[in-house]
Amino acid sequence: MVTNTAAGTPPAASPIVYELAGITKSYAGQRLTALERVDFVLRKGTFASVIGSSGCGKSTLLKIMAGLIPPSGGRATLDGTPVTGPRADIGMMFQQATLLPWLTTLQNVLLPIEVRDGKAAAREARPRAMTLLQTVGLKGFEASYPDQLSGGMAQRAAICRMLVSEPVVFLLDEPFSALDEITRDFMNMELQRLCAAWEATAFLVTHSINEAVLLSDVVYVMAARPGRIAEIVPIDLPRPRTLDMVNSPEFGAYVRRIRERLDTGAFK
Amino acid sequence: MSTPDTARSDTVWVEHVALIDRIPRSLGMAALLVGFVLAWQLLCMSGAVPAILLPTPAETGADLLFVGQNLLSGGYVLKAAATTASEMLLGFAIATSLGIALGILVGETRFGERAVMPYLVAIDTMPKIAFAPLFVAWLGFGIASKVALAAFMATFPVVVATAAGLAAVDANAQMLFRSMGASRLKTLTRLKLPIALPYFFAGLKIAAVSVTAGAIAGEFMGGGEGMGQLIRVAAGQLATARVFSLIFYLSLFGLTLFVLVGWIERKVVFWRR
Ligand SMILES: Nc1ncnc2c1ncn2[C@@H]1O[C@H](COP(=O)(O)OP(=O)(O)OP(=O)(O)O)[C@@H](O)[C@H]1O
Ligand SMILES: [Mg+2]
Repeated sequence: MVTNTAAGTPPAASPIVYELAGITKSYAGQRLTALERVDFVLRKGTFASVIGSSGCGKSTLLKIMAGLIPPSGGRATLDGTPVTGPRADIGMMFQQATLLPWLTTLQNVLLPIEVRDGKAAAREARPRAMTLLQTVGLKGFEASYPDQLSGGMAQRAAICRMLVSEPVVFLLDEPFSALDEITRDFMNMELQRLCAAWEATAFLVTHSINEAVLLSDVVYVMAARPGRIAEIVPIDLPRPRTLDMVNSPEFGAYVRRIRERLDTGAFK
Repeated sequence: MSTPDTARSDTVWVEHVALIDRIPRSLGMAALLVGFVLAWQLLCMSGAVPAILLPTPAETGADLLFVGQNLLSGGYVLKAAATTASEMLLGFAIATSLGIALGILVGETRFGERAVMPYLVAIDTMPKIAFAPLFVAWLGFGIASKVALAAFMATFPVVVATAAGLAAVDANAQMLFRSMGASRLKTLTRLKLPIALPYFFAGLKIAAVSVTAGAIAGEFMGGGEGMGQLIRVAAGQLATARVFSLIFYLSLFGLTLFVLVGWIERKVVFWRR
Protein backbone atom coordinates (compact mmCIF):
# COMPACT_ATOMS: atom_id res chain seq x y z
CA MET A 1 0.00 0.00 0.00
CA VAL A 2 1.18 3.51 -0.82
CA THR A 3 2.00 5.73 2.11
CA ASN A 4 -0.05 8.89 1.82
CA THR A 5 -0.01 11.88 4.11
CA ALA A 6 -2.78 14.35 4.70
CA ALA A 7 -1.33 16.51 1.96
CA GLY A 8 -0.80 13.57 -0.34
CA THR A 9 3.01 13.52 -0.28
CA PRO A 10 5.16 10.77 1.20
CA PRO A 11 6.36 11.92 4.64
CA ALA A 12 9.96 10.87 4.21
CA ALA A 13 10.37 13.34 1.36
CA SER A 14 8.95 16.38 3.15
CA PRO A 15 10.97 18.66 5.45
CA ILE A 16 10.94 18.38 9.23
CA VAL A 17 8.60 20.93 10.80
CA TYR A 18 8.73 19.99 14.45
CA GLU A 19 11.43 18.14 16.29
CA LEU A 20 11.42 16.91 19.88
CA ALA A 21 14.73 15.71 21.29
CA GLY A 22 14.93 14.08 24.72
CA ILE A 23 12.03 16.04 26.21
CA THR A 24 11.58 15.32 29.90
CA LYS A 25 9.31 16.99 32.40
CA SER A 26 8.86 16.71 36.11
CA TYR A 27 6.48 19.12 37.79
CA ALA A 28 7.70 20.91 40.88
CA GLY A 29 6.62 19.10 44.02
CA GLN A 30 5.66 15.98 42.07
CA ARG A 31 7.59 12.79 42.76
CA LEU A 32 6.90 11.06 39.45
CA THR A 33 8.29 12.31 36.19
CA ALA A 34 5.47 13.36 33.88
CA LEU A 35 7.50 12.79 30.73
CA GLU A 36 10.69 10.85 30.13
CA ARG A 37 12.83 11.25 27.03
CA VAL A 38 10.30 11.88 24.31
CA ASP A 39 11.82 12.09 20.84
CA PHE A 40 10.10 12.39 17.50
CA VAL A 41 9.89 14.49 14.39
CA LEU A 42 6.86 15.78 12.57
CA ARG A 43 7.31 16.25 8.84
CA LYS A 44 5.41 18.79 6.86
CA GLY A 45 1.90 17.64 6.04
CA THR A 46 1.81 14.76 8.50
CA PHE A 47 -1.03 14.16 10.86
CA ALA A 48 0.23 12.55 14.06
CA SER A 49 -1.79 11.44 17.07
CA VAL A 50 -0.81 10.59 20.57
CA ILE A 51 -2.97 8.23 22.56
CA GLY A 52 -2.60 7.00 26.07
CA SER A 53 -4.37 6.49 29.35
CA SER A 54 -5.53 9.41 31.43
CA GLY A 55 -2.71 11.19 33.22
CA CYS A 56 0.09 9.68 31.14
CA GLY A 57 1.36 13.11 30.12
CA LYS A 58 -0.31 13.87 26.79
CA SER A 59 -1.40 17.39 27.68
CA THR A 60 1.97 18.02 29.29
CA LEU A 61 3.67 17.06 26.05
CA LEU A 62 1.36 19.28 24.04
CA LYS A 63 1.87 22.26 26.34
CA ILE A 64 5.63 21.88 26.05
CA MET A 65 5.32 21.73 22.28
CA ALA A 66 3.18 24.88 22.38
CA GLY A 67 5.70 26.74 24.50
CA LEU A 68 3.18 27.12 27.32
CA ILE A 69 5.35 25.37 29.90
CA PRO A 70 9.11 24.77 29.86
CA PRO A 71 10.46 21.22 29.67
CA SER A 72 12.79 20.07 32.44
CA GLY A 73 15.18 18.77 29.84
CA GLY A 74 15.55 18.28 26.11
CA ARG A 75 14.72 20.57 23.28
CA ALA A 76 11.73 21.39 21.09
CA THR A 77 12.42 22.92 17.71
CA LEU A 78 9.83 24.35 15.34
CA ASP A 79 10.84 25.44 11.85
CA GLY A 80 14.49 25.45 12.87
CA THR A 81 14.12 27.69 15.92
CA PRO A 82 13.86 26.45 19.51
CA VAL A 83 10.46 26.86 21.13
CA THR A 84 10.98 29.03 24.22
CA GLY A 85 7.49 30.47 24.61
CA PRO A 86 4.15 30.90 22.88
CA ARG A 87 4.47 31.64 19.17
CA ALA A 88 2.20 32.93 16.46
CA ASP A 89 3.14 30.05 14.16
CA ILE A 90 1.70 27.51 16.61
CA GLY A 91 -2.06 26.97 16.45
CA MET A 92 -3.87 25.39 19.37
CA MET A 93 -7.26 23.89 20.12
CA PHE A 94 -8.54 22.59 23.43
CA GLN A 95 -11.41 20.40 24.55
CA GLN A 96 -13.41 23.53 25.35
CA ALA A 97 -13.91 26.11 22.63
CA THR A 98 -13.39 28.87 25.23
CA LEU A 99 -15.01 31.60 23.18
CA LEU A 100 -15.32 34.86 25.07
CA PRO A 101 -19.04 35.48 25.63
CA TRP A 102 -18.78 39.25 25.25
CA LEU A 103 -17.26 39.03 21.76
CA THR A 104 -19.07 38.12 18.56
CA THR A 105 -17.99 35.04 16.67
CA LEU A 106 -15.96 37.18 14.28
CA GLN A 107 -14.30 39.11 17.12
CA ASN A 108 -13.48 35.81 18.82
CA VAL A 109 -11.85 34.53 15.64
CA LEU A 110 -9.83 37.73 15.32
CA LEU A 111 -8.81 37.76 18.98
CA PRO A 112 -5.32 36.24 18.50
CA ILE A 113 -4.50 38.85 15.86
CA GLU A 114 -5.84 41.65 17.99
CA VAL A 115 -4.00 40.53 21.11
CA ARG A 116 -0.73 40.02 19.24
CA ASP A 117 -0.73 42.83 16.68
CA GLY A 118 -3.42 45.29 17.71
CA LYS A 119 -6.75 46.53 16.46
CA ALA A 120 -5.53 47.75 13.07
CA ALA A 121 -4.08 44.35 12.21
CA ALA A 122 -7.32 42.71 13.32
CA ARG A 123 -9.29 45.00 11.02
CA GLU A 124 -7.02 44.03 8.15
CA ALA A 125 -7.49 40.34 8.90
CA ARG A 126 -11.29 40.62 8.79
CA PRO A 127 -11.73 39.35 5.23
CA ARG A 128 -9.50 36.37 6.02
CA ALA A 129 -11.55 35.59 9.13
CA MET A 130 -14.78 35.87 7.14
CA THR A 131 -13.46 33.43 4.54
CA LEU A 132 -12.44 31.02 7.30
CA LEU A 133 -15.87 31.19 8.89
CA GLN A 134 -17.37 30.49 5.52
CA THR A 135 -15.17 27.43 4.94
CA VAL A 136 -16.28 25.87 8.22
CA GLY A 137 -19.93 26.64 7.49
CA LEU A 138 -20.39 29.52 9.90
CA LYS A 139 -21.29 32.11 7.29
CA GLY A 140 -24.08 34.25 8.68
CA PHE A 141 -22.99 33.72 12.28
CA GLU A 142 -20.21 36.36 12.29
CA ALA A 143 -22.24 38.73 14.45
CA SER A 144 -23.69 36.03 16.72
CA TYR A 145 -22.55 35.74 20.30
CA PRO A 146 -21.19 32.38 21.52
CA ASP A 147 -24.29 31.57 23.56
CA GLN A 148 -26.15 31.36 20.27
CA LEU A 149 -23.80 28.68 18.90
CA SER A 150 -24.09 24.94 19.44
CA GLY A 151 -21.12 23.00 20.81
CA GLY A 152 -20.05 21.93 17.32
CA MET A 153 -20.41 25.43 15.95
CA ALA A 154 -18.37 26.82 18.83
CA GLN A 155 -15.57 24.35 18.10
CA ARG A 156 -15.70 25.33 14.43
CA ALA A 157 -15.27 28.95 15.48
CA ALA A 158 -12.32 27.81 17.62
CA ILE A 159 -10.84 26.15 14.51
CA CYS A 160 -11.09 29.50 12.70
CA ARG A 161 -9.44 31.24 15.66
CA MET A 162 -6.58 28.75 15.39
CA LEU A 163 -6.27 29.18 11.62
CA VAL A 164 -6.46 32.97 11.52
CA SER A 165 -2.79 33.40 12.49
CA GLU A 166 -1.83 30.94 9.72
CA PRO A 167 0.17 28.63 11.99
CA VAL A 168 2.63 26.07 10.59
CA VAL A 169 1.63 23.44 13.13
CA PHE A 170 -1.72 22.58 14.73
CA LEU A 171 -1.63 21.29 18.30
CA LEU A 172 -4.99 19.77 19.20
CA ASP A 173 -5.80 18.61 22.73
CA GLU A 174 -8.90 16.39 22.50
CA PRO A 175 -10.63 19.12 20.47
CA PHE A 176 -13.88 17.27 19.85
CA SER A 177 -14.16 14.97 22.83
CA ALA A 178 -16.82 17.15 24.49
CA LEU A 179 -19.08 16.77 21.44
CA ASP A 180 -21.62 14.05 20.72
CA GLU A 181 -20.49 11.21 18.49
CA ILE A 182 -22.34 12.30 15.35
CA THR A 183 -21.03 15.86 15.53
CA ARG A 184 -17.63 14.52 16.40
CA ASP A 185 -17.43 12.28 13.31
CA PHE A 186 -18.51 15.21 11.20
CA MET A 187 -15.92 17.50 12.80
CA ASN A 188 -13.18 14.91 12.26
CA MET A 189 -13.96 14.75 8.57
CA GLU A 190 -14.01 18.54 8.52
CA LEU A 191 -10.63 18.62 10.22
CA GLN A 192 -9.20 16.18 7.68
CA ARG A 193 -10.47 18.35 4.83
CA LEU A 194 -8.94 21.49 6.35
CA CYS A 195 -5.62 19.80 7.05
CA ALA A 196 -5.42 18.59 3.45
CA ALA A 197 -6.28 22.02 2.11
CA TRP A 198 -3.69 23.71 4.35
CA GLU A 199 -1.06 20.97 3.96
CA ALA A 200 -1.11 21.20 7.70
CA THR A 201 1.20 19.53 10.13
CA ALA A 202 -1.03 18.43 12.96
CA PHE A 203 -0.53 16.80 16.34
CA LEU A 204 -3.65 15.44 18.00
CA VAL A 205 -4.12 14.27 21.56
CA THR A 206 -7.03 11.87 21.81
CA HIS A 207 -8.58 9.17 23.96
CA SER A 208 -10.25 7.52 21.02
CA ILE A 209 -8.37 4.80 19.18
CA ASN A 210 -10.78 5.03 16.26
CA GLU A 211 -10.26 8.75 15.97
CA ALA A 212 -6.49 8.35 16.09
CA VAL A 213 -6.43 5.68 13.38
CA LEU A 214 -8.98 7.46 11.22
CA LEU A 215 -7.13 10.75 11.06
CA SER A 216 -3.46 9.93 11.43
CA ASP A 217 -0.44 9.05 9.36
CA VAL A 218 1.22 7.93 12.55
CA VAL A 219 -0.03 7.14 16.04
CA TYR A 220 2.22 7.45 19.09
CA VAL A 221 1.07 5.18 21.87
CA MET A 222 2.06 6.57 25.24
CA ALA A 223 2.73 4.61 28.40
CA ALA A 224 2.29 6.11 31.84
CA ARG A 225 4.50 6.64 34.88
CA PRO A 226 6.76 7.94 33.56
CA GLY A 227 5.09 9.24 30.42
CA ARG A 228 6.93 7.97 27.37
CA ILE A 229 6.24 6.83 23.84
CA ALA A 230 5.82 3.08 23.99
CA GLU A 231 5.12 2.42 20.35
CA ILE A 232 4.98 4.18 17.03
CA VAL A 233 2.25 2.88 14.73
CA PRO A 234 2.33 4.20 11.15
CA ILE A 235 -1.14 4.08 9.62
CA ASP A 236 -1.08 2.97 6.00
CA LEU A 237 -4.63 3.66 4.94
CA PRO A 238 -5.46 5.52 1.73
CA ARG A 239 -6.56 9.16 1.81
CA PRO A 240 -8.94 10.78 1.99
CA ARG A 241 -10.18 8.69 4.87
CA THR A 242 -13.88 8.04 5.12
CA LEU A 243 -16.03 7.06 8.07
CA ASP A 244 -16.87 3.63 6.61
CA MET A 245 -13.18 2.71 6.63
CA VAL A 246 -13.68 2.11 10.32
CA ASN A 247 -15.33 -1.20 9.38
CA SER A 248 -12.50 -2.43 7.16
CA PRO A 249 -10.27 -5.30 8.36
CA GLU A 250 -7.10 -3.19 8.00
CA PHE A 251 -8.58 -0.54 10.24
CA GLY A 252 -9.59 -3.19 12.76
CA ALA A 253 -6.04 -4.55 12.77
CA TYR A 254 -4.61 -1.12 13.64
CA VAL A 255 -7.17 -0.62 16.38
CA ARG A 256 -6.35 -4.02 17.88
CA ARG A 257 -2.62 -3.39 17.76
CA ILE A 258 -2.97 -0.05 19.52
CA ARG A 259 -5.39 -1.41 22.09
CA GLU A 260 -3.06 -4.27 23.01
CA ARG A 261 -0.20 -1.86 23.43
CA LEU A 262 -2.37 0.46 25.55
CA ASP A 263 -3.56 -2.34 27.79
CA THR A 264 -0.10 -3.59 28.66
CA GLY A 265 0.95 0.02 29.16
CA ALA A 266 -1.80 0.81 31.59
CA PHE A 267 -2.08 -2.32 33.69
CA LYS A 268 1.33 -3.88 33.89
CA MET B 1 -61.04 13.23 14.23
CA SER B 2 -59.18 11.50 16.99
CA THR B 3 -55.86 10.31 15.61
CA PRO B 4 -53.61 8.59 18.11
CA ASP B 5 -51.57 11.78 18.31
CA THR B 6 -54.33 14.08 19.43
CA ALA B 7 -55.53 11.38 21.76
CA ARG B 8 -52.13 11.42 23.42
CA SER B 9 -52.06 15.19 23.68
CA ASP B 10 -55.42 15.05 25.44
CA THR B 11 -53.81 13.29 28.35
CA VAL B 12 -54.25 15.42 31.40
CA TRP B 13 -51.40 15.70 33.80
CA VAL B 14 -52.54 16.41 37.28
CA GLU B 15 -49.86 18.33 39.08
CA HIS B 16 -50.31 18.77 42.77
CA VAL B 17 -49.09 22.18 43.86
CA ALA B 18 -49.33 22.91 47.54
CA LEU B 19 -51.61 25.79 48.49
CA ILE B 20 -48.74 27.93 49.80
CA ASP B 21 -46.98 27.66 46.42
CA ARG B 22 -50.12 28.75 44.57
CA ILE B 23 -50.58 32.15 46.20
CA PRO B 24 -49.92 34.87 43.61
CA ARG B 25 -47.14 37.32 44.40
CA SER B 26 -49.34 40.42 44.56
CA LEU B 27 -51.84 38.74 46.85
CA GLY B 28 -49.11 37.39 49.12
CA MET B 29 -47.37 40.72 49.45
CA ALA B 30 -50.62 42.64 50.05
CA ALA B 31 -51.73 40.11 52.66
CA LEU B 32 -48.46 40.42 54.55
CA LEU B 33 -48.65 44.21 54.54
CA VAL B 34 -52.25 44.24 55.74
CA GLY B 35 -51.43 41.66 58.40
CA PHE B 36 -48.48 43.75 59.60
CA VAL B 37 -50.47 46.99 59.83
CA LEU B 38 -53.29 45.15 61.56
CA ALA B 39 -50.96 43.65 64.15
CA TRP B 40 -49.42 47.08 64.66
CA GLN B 41 -52.87 48.65 65.17
CA LEU B 42 -53.83 45.95 67.64
CA LEU B 43 -50.62 46.46 69.55
CA CYS B 44 -51.38 50.20 69.80
CA MET B 45 -54.94 49.58 70.94
CA SER B 46 -53.96 46.99 73.51
CA GLY B 47 -52.16 49.65 75.52
CA ALA B 48 -49.16 47.42 76.07
CA VAL B 49 -46.87 50.11 74.64
CA PRO B 50 -47.21 53.78 75.62
CA ALA B 51 -48.68 55.81 72.77
CA ILE B 52 -45.71 58.18 72.84
CA LEU B 53 -43.28 55.37 72.03
CA LEU B 54 -45.27 53.69 69.29
CA PRO B 55 -47.40 55.82 66.94
CA THR B 56 -50.47 54.28 65.35
CA PRO B 57 -50.36 53.30 61.67
CA ALA B 58 -52.67 56.23 60.92
CA GLU B 59 -50.37 58.75 62.64
CA THR B 60 -47.39 57.32 60.83
CA GLY B 61 -49.24 57.44 57.51
CA ALA B 62 -50.16 61.07 58.06
CA ASP B 63 -46.57 61.92 58.90
CA LEU B 64 -45.34 60.04 55.82
CA LEU B 65 -47.56 62.31 53.75
CA PHE B 66 -46.37 65.40 55.60
CA VAL B 67 -42.69 64.58 55.12
CA GLY B 68 -43.36 63.61 51.52
CA GLN B 69 -44.97 66.99 50.87
CA ASN B 70 -42.06 68.73 52.54
CA LEU B 71 -39.68 66.81 50.31
CA LEU B 72 -41.57 67.67 47.15
CA SER B 73 -42.05 71.33 48.04
CA GLY B 74 -38.34 71.79 48.65
CA GLY B 75 -38.57 72.13 52.41
CA TYR B 76 -35.96 71.36 55.04
CA VAL B 77 -36.37 67.60 54.56
CA LEU B 78 -35.33 67.97 50.94
CA LYS B 79 -32.22 69.86 52.01
CA ALA B 80 -31.38 67.13 54.50
CA ALA B 81 -32.05 64.47 51.87
CA ALA B 82 -29.75 66.21 49.40
CA THR B 83 -26.99 66.37 52.02
CA THR B 84 -27.27 62.68 52.86
CA ALA B 85 -27.56 61.71 49.19
CA SER B 86 -24.40 63.59 48.30
CA GLU B 87 -22.55 61.96 51.22
CA MET B 88 -23.72 58.57 50.00
CA LEU B 89 -22.79 59.23 46.38
CA LEU B 90 -19.36 60.60 47.26
CA GLY B 91 -18.77 57.67 49.59
CA PHE B 92 -19.93 55.30 46.88
CA ALA B 93 -17.60 56.84 44.30
CA ILE B 94 -14.62 56.61 46.66
CA ALA B 95 -15.51 53.05 47.68
CA THR B 96 -15.85 52.02 44.04
CA SER B 97 -12.53 53.42 42.88
CA LEU B 98 -10.64 52.31 45.97
CA GLY B 99 -12.37 48.93 45.80
CA ILE B 100 -11.36 48.38 42.18
CA ALA B 101 -7.77 49.39 42.84
CA LEU B 102 -7.39 47.21 45.94
CA GLY B 103 -9.39 44.40 44.33
CA ILE B 104 -7.00 44.30 41.38
CA LEU B 105 -3.99 44.47 43.70
CA VAL B 106 -5.31 41.56 45.77
CA GLY B 107 -6.79 39.52 42.92
CA GLU B 108 -4.01 39.96 40.39
CA THR B 109 -0.71 40.17 42.26
CA ARG B 110 0.91 37.67 44.57
CA PHE B 111 1.99 40.53 46.81
CA GLY B 112 -1.58 41.70 47.19
CA GLU B 113 -2.87 38.21 47.77
CA ARG B 114 -0.18 37.28 50.27
CA ALA B 115 0.60 40.51 52.08
CA VAL B 116 -2.33 42.89 51.64
CA MET B 117 -5.30 40.53 51.84
CA PRO B 118 -4.72 39.36 55.44
CA TYR B 119 -4.81 42.96 56.65
CA LEU B 120 -7.93 43.70 54.63
CA VAL B 121 -9.65 40.67 56.12
CA ALA B 122 -8.57 41.74 59.59
CA ILE B 123 -9.99 45.24 59.10
CA ASP B 124 -13.13 43.86 57.51
CA THR B 125 -13.93 41.76 60.56
CA MET B 126 -13.85 44.84 62.79
CA PRO B 127 -17.17 46.55 63.56
CA LYS B 128 -16.48 49.42 61.16
CA ILE B 129 -19.21 51.57 62.63
CA ALA B 130 -17.11 51.86 65.78
CA PHE B 131 -14.70 54.03 63.81
CA ALA B 132 -17.35 56.76 63.46
CA PRO B 133 -16.11 58.90 66.40
CA LEU B 134 -12.57 58.66 65.07
CA PHE B 135 -13.60 59.93 61.65
CA VAL B 136 -15.39 62.84 63.29
CA ALA B 137 -12.32 63.59 65.38
CA TRP B 138 -10.09 63.49 62.31
CA LEU B 139 -12.30 65.19 59.75
CA GLY B 140 -14.61 67.37 61.81
CA PHE B 141 -18.37 67.67 61.96
CA GLY B 142 -18.79 68.56 58.30
CA ILE B 143 -19.66 66.31 55.39
CA ALA B 144 -16.12 64.89 55.09
CA SER B 145 -16.38 62.61 58.13
CA LYS B 146 -19.70 61.18 56.87
CA VAL B 147 -18.32 60.57 53.39
CA ALA B 148 -15.25 58.90 54.84
CA LEU B 149 -17.28 56.55 57.05
CA ALA B 150 -19.60 55.65 54.17
CA ALA B 151 -16.61 54.94 51.92
CA PHE B 152 -14.87 52.99 54.68
CA MET B 153 -17.87 50.73 55.16
CA ALA B 154 -18.53 50.20 51.46
CA THR B 155 -14.99 49.60 50.18
CA PHE B 156 -14.51 46.07 51.47
CA PRO B 157 -17.42 44.43 49.66
CA VAL B 158 -16.09 45.88 46.39
CA VAL B 159 -12.54 44.68 47.08
CA VAL B 160 -13.64 41.17 47.97
CA ALA B 161 -16.03 40.92 45.01
CA THR B 162 -13.48 42.23 42.50
CA ALA B 163 -10.78 39.88 43.77
CA ALA B 164 -13.18 36.92 43.67
CA GLY B 165 -14.14 37.85 40.11
CA LEU B 166 -10.51 37.97 39.00
CA ALA B 167 -9.98 34.52 40.50
CA ALA B 168 -13.00 33.15 38.64
CA VAL B 169 -11.19 32.97 35.29
CA ASP B 170 -10.98 29.36 34.19
CA ALA B 171 -7.68 27.72 33.38
CA ASN B 172 -8.61 27.11 29.73
CA ALA B 173 -9.20 30.77 29.00
CA GLN B 174 -5.94 31.67 30.69
CA MET B 175 -4.12 29.06 28.65
CA LEU B 176 -5.73 30.48 25.52
CA PHE B 177 -4.43 33.95 26.33
CA ARG B 178 -0.99 32.58 27.14
CA SER B 179 -0.92 30.75 23.81
CA MET B 180 -1.75 34.04 22.08
CA GLY B 181 1.29 35.59 23.73
CA ALA B 182 -0.87 38.04 25.66
CA SER B 183 0.90 40.23 28.19
CA ARG B 184 -0.23 40.28 31.80
CA LEU B 185 -1.92 43.64 31.30
CA LYS B 186 -3.72 42.42 28.15
CA THR B 187 -4.87 39.28 29.94
CA LEU B 188 -6.17 41.46 32.74
CA THR B 189 -8.03 43.96 30.61
CA ARG B 190 -9.28 41.67 27.85
CA LEU B 191 -10.05 38.54 29.86
CA LYS B 192 -10.02 38.82 33.64
CA LEU B 193 -11.77 42.15 34.14
CA PRO B 194 -14.72 41.29 31.86
CA ILE B 195 -15.08 37.96 33.68
CA ALA B 196 -14.92 39.79 37.02
CA LEU B 197 -17.64 42.30 36.06
CA PRO B 198 -20.69 40.38 37.38
CA TYR B 199 -18.89 39.81 40.68
CA PHE B 200 -17.87 43.45 40.79
CA PHE B 201 -21.47 44.58 40.34
CA ALA B 202 -22.62 42.22 43.08
CA GLY B 203 -20.08 43.97 45.31
CA LEU B 204 -21.39 47.38 44.21
CA LYS B 205 -24.91 46.39 45.25
CA ILE B 206 -23.70 45.56 48.73
CA ALA B 207 -21.76 48.83 48.73
CA ALA B 208 -24.92 50.74 47.78
CA VAL B 209 -26.54 49.49 50.97
CA SER B 210 -23.41 50.02 53.05
CA VAL B 211 -23.03 53.70 52.15
CA THR B 212 -26.50 54.46 53.52
CA ALA B 213 -25.57 52.91 56.83
CA GLY B 214 -22.22 54.70 56.82
CA ALA B 215 -23.64 58.13 56.02
CA ILE B 216 -26.37 57.87 58.68
CA ALA B 217 -24.01 56.51 61.32
CA GLY B 218 -21.73 59.45 60.58
CA GLU B 219 -24.60 61.89 60.92
CA PHE B 220 -25.64 60.35 64.22
CA MET B 221 -22.28 61.47 65.58
CA GLY B 222 -23.52 65.02 65.26
CA GLY B 223 -22.91 68.03 63.09
CA GLY B 224 -24.13 67.95 59.54
CA GLU B 225 -27.59 68.62 58.25
CA GLY B 226 -28.55 65.26 56.80
CA MET B 227 -31.37 62.83 57.37
CA GLY B 228 -29.47 61.22 60.23
CA GLN B 229 -29.51 64.55 62.03
CA LEU B 230 -33.28 64.85 61.51
CA ILE B 231 -33.79 61.33 62.79
CA ARG B 232 -31.66 62.04 65.83
CA VAL B 233 -33.60 65.20 66.66
CA ALA B 234 -36.98 63.54 66.07
CA ALA B 235 -36.03 60.58 68.25
CA GLY B 236 -34.83 62.97 70.95
CA GLN B 237 -38.26 64.62 70.92
CA LEU B 238 -39.91 61.21 70.95
CA ALA B 239 -41.54 62.10 67.62
CA THR B 240 -41.58 58.43 66.72
CA ALA B 241 -43.90 58.79 63.74
CA ARG B 242 -41.39 61.23 62.26
CA VAL B 243 -38.54 58.78 62.81
CA PHE B 244 -40.46 56.11 60.96
CA SER B 245 -41.25 58.28 57.97
CA LEU B 246 -37.68 59.61 57.76
CA ILE B 247 -36.38 56.03 57.77
CA PHE B 248 -38.86 55.17 55.05
CA TYR B 249 -37.66 57.93 52.71
CA LEU B 250 -34.06 57.23 53.61
CA SER B 251 -34.44 53.61 52.59
CA LEU B 252 -35.60 54.81 49.19
CA PHE B 253 -32.09 56.27 48.60
CA GLY B 254 -30.31 53.00 49.14
CA LEU B 255 -32.93 51.24 47.06
CA THR B 256 -32.54 53.75 44.21
CA LEU B 257 -28.78 53.33 44.20
CA PHE B 258 -29.20 49.55 44.31
CA VAL B 259 -31.63 49.54 41.39
CA LEU B 260 -29.42 51.93 39.44
CA VAL B 261 -26.42 49.63 39.86
CA GLY B 262 -28.53 46.69 38.71
CA TRP B 263 -29.67 48.62 35.66
CA ILE B 264 -26.11 49.58 34.70
CA GLU B 265 -25.05 45.98 35.23
CA ARG B 266 -27.63 44.70 32.76
CA LYS B 267 -26.39 47.24 30.21
CA VAL B 268 -22.70 46.50 30.72
CA VAL B 269 -22.74 42.74 31.30
CA PHE B 270 -25.05 42.16 28.37
CA TRP B 271 -23.82 38.61 27.76
CA ARG B 272 -25.12 37.35 31.08
CA ARG B 273 -28.85 37.54 30.64
N1 LIG C 1 0.41 21.86 36.62
C1 LIG C 1 0.74 20.64 37.10
N2 LIG C 1 1.40 20.56 38.28
C2 LIG C 1 1.75 19.36 38.79
N3 LIG C 1 1.48 18.19 38.18
C3 LIG C 1 0.82 18.20 37.02
C4 LIG C 1 0.41 19.44 36.40
N4 LIG C 1 -0.22 19.14 35.24
C5 LIG C 1 -0.20 17.80 35.14
N5 LIG C 1 0.43 17.23 36.18
C6 LIG C 1 0.65 15.79 36.38
O1 LIG C 1 1.35 15.29 35.27
C7 LIG C 1 0.82 14.05 34.85
C8 LIG C 1 0.38 14.14 33.39
O2 LIG C 1 -0.70 15.06 33.26
P1 LIG C 1 -1.34 15.40 31.87
O3 LIG C 1 -2.35 16.44 32.09
O4 LIG C 1 -0.27 15.70 30.91
O5 LIG C 1 -2.04 14.04 31.49
P2 LIG C 1 -2.96 13.68 30.25
O6 LIG C 1 -2.33 12.52 29.59
O7 LIG C 1 -3.21 14.87 29.42
O8 LIG C 1 -4.28 13.23 30.97
P3 LIG C 1 -5.77 13.30 30.42
O9 LIG C 1 -5.91 12.23 29.40
O10 LIG C 1 -6.60 13.02 31.63
O11 LIG C 1 -5.99 14.67 29.87
C9 LIG C 1 -0.32 13.72 35.79
O12 LIG C 1 0.14 12.80 36.73
C10 LIG C 1 -0.65 15.03 36.45
O13 LIG C 1 -1.06 14.83 37.77
MG1 LIG D 1 -5.02 16.04 28.91
